[in-house]
Amino acid sequence: MSRVGLLRLVVIAIAVGLLELACRTGLIDHRVVIPPSEMADALVRLLISGEANDQIARTFGIVLAAVLIAVVLGFAFGVVIHALPRLRQALEPFFATYYAVPIFIFYPVMIAIFGLSVVPILLMGVATAIVAMIIATLNGLDRIPRVLGKVARVHRMGALSTALLLKLPAAAPHLFTGVKLAVSYGFIAVIASEFILAPAGLGRVISDAYSDFNNPRMYALMLLLVVVATVVNMLLHVFDQRWAERRGIGKP
Amino acid sequence: MIAARRATDTLIILLAIVLAWQGLHQVVGTTALPGPVPTLAYLAKFVPTARFAENAWATLVCFFYALILSYAIGLALGVWMGIHRLSGAVGEPILISLYTLPKITLYPVVLLIFGLSVSGRVTFGAMHGVLPVAILTMNAIRNIPPVYLKAARTLHLSRSQTIFTVLLPATLPEVVAGLRIGFTLTLLGVLLAEMFAAKHGMGFLIINAMQLLQTEEMITVAVVLFAFAAAANALLLWGEHHLHRRV
Repeated sequence: MSRVGLLRLVVIAIAVGLLELACRTGLIDHRVVIPPSEMADALVRLLISGEANDQIARTFGIVLAAVLIAVVLGFAFGVVIHALPRLRQALEPFFATYYAVPIFIFYPVMIAIFGLSVVPILLMGVATAIVAMIIATLNGLDRIPRVLGKVARVHRMGALSTALLLKLPAAAPHLFTGVKLAVSYGFIAVIASEFILAPAGLGRVISDAYSDFNNPRMYALMLLLVVVATVVNMLLHVFDQRWAERRGIGKP
Repeated sequence: MIAARRATDTLIILLAIVLAWQGLHQVVGTTALPGPVPTLAYLAKFVPTARFAENAWATLVCFFYALILSYAIGLALGVWMGIHRLSGAVGEPILISLYTLPKITLYPVVLLIFGLSVSGRVTFGAMHGVLPVAILTMNAIRNIPPVYLKAARTLHLSRSQTIFTVLLPATLPEVVAGLRIGFTLTLLGVLLAEMFAAKHGMGFLIINAMQLLQTEEMITVAVVLFAFAAAANALLLWGEHHLHRRV
C-alpha cells in the first residue's frame, strides 16, 4: 500500500478512535451517539440473528432492479437520442437542469399515483439514475474515433459487427462511468424514499428505530449502509479509473 | 435562426411533457393526479396566501444559512486541500465516498444532536452542499497550468497580486461550477430534512398535503420548487459560461 493510502487509513482510524473515546468518556451522550465498537457489535448480532435480513434483501434488491432498469433503458434512450441530433439539441436544456432540480419532491406524487408500495420507490431509483446513464451514453458515442468507421469499411464489416466489435468497446469506459453514477444515484434515491415513507425496507427500519429510541439497531443499520455504499462505490471508482487509464482518457 | 429553431424544439418537448401529464391524469384520475390546468389555477390561488409565504420563508431561511455554511466550509476545505498536496491526496477519496453516501441515513444523528430545530435542518443541508464545493474547488486549484505560476514569477508579481490576478481568475469557472452544484444539493438537503421531520417549510407542506390527499397542493409546491431551482441553476450556469469564455 502506498504511503498516502496508509496515511488515509491512519486519519480514518484516528477519527473513529476519537469518536470512541468521546463516547466512552461521556463527552458525547450515550443517548445521542453510541461508541463505534458498540455499533459494530450490534450489527454483527443483528446479522447473526437474521431479524433484519428480509429488509436488507428487499432494499438491496430494489436498488439492483432500479440500477439494471436505468442502465438498460438509459443506454437504449442514449442510442436513440444520439441518432437524432435535432431531438438531442432540444433535450439539452432538460439534461442541464435535471440534476439541479430536487426531483425527489416528486416521490409523494408517485405515492399518490401508485400507492404506498414498492413501485414508487423503484420509480424514484430509476428516475434518479437513468439520466446519468443517458448522458454517459451520449458522451461515449460522441467519442468513438472516426477512424473506427473507416476500419470497419476496410474490413467490410456489417452494421452489427461494427457496433459490437468496434463501437461498443470504444464507448465502454464512458458507459461504465454512467453505470457507476447510476449505482450511487439509485442507491441514494431508494434509501431516501424508504426513509421518508415506505411500507418496509432498510430506510424504514432505521427511521422506525430512530422513533423508538432504539439506538443500537439504528446505528448498526446505518453502519451497514455506510460500509456497503462505501465499498461498492470505491470498487466502481477504482475499476472506472483503471479502465479510463487504459483507454487513455483518465487522469494519470 | 438556428437558435429560434432550437428554442421552438425545446418548447415542443415542454408541451409534450404537459400533454403527458394531462394523459396520466386522465388515466389515474383527479384524486391521484390533478391535471395541469386545475393545478395552475390552484397555484395562482395558493401562492399569494399567508400559509404559503410562511412556509416558503421558513425554507428560505434554513436554505440561506445552510448555503452560507456550505460555501464557507467547502471553499476553505477545497483551498486547503488544493494547495497542500498531501492533504489533498489523503482526503480526496474520503470526500468522494462521503459524496456518494446516502446522507439521509445520517439525518437521525443530526436530529439526536440538534433536536427538531432550524439548526438541525441547516446542518443537514450544509452536509449535502459542502462536498461538491470542496471537491471542485480542490480540483480547480490543482488543475492550474504551472506555466501561469511561472509567468507570475517572471513578472515579479507579489503574493497578493498573484492570487488576485492569476489564481483567482484561473480557478473561478470551476469554483462557480462547484458553487452551482452546492446550491442544488443544499436545497435538496434542506427539503429532505423538512420532509422527514418538520412542522414548517416546503418539504413539510408536500408531505402534509400527501397525507391529507390534497394532491393539487402537493404538485403546486413541487412545481414552485422546480421553477425556483431551475431558474437559479440557469442563472449560475449562465455565469459559468460567461466566465469560461472570458478565460
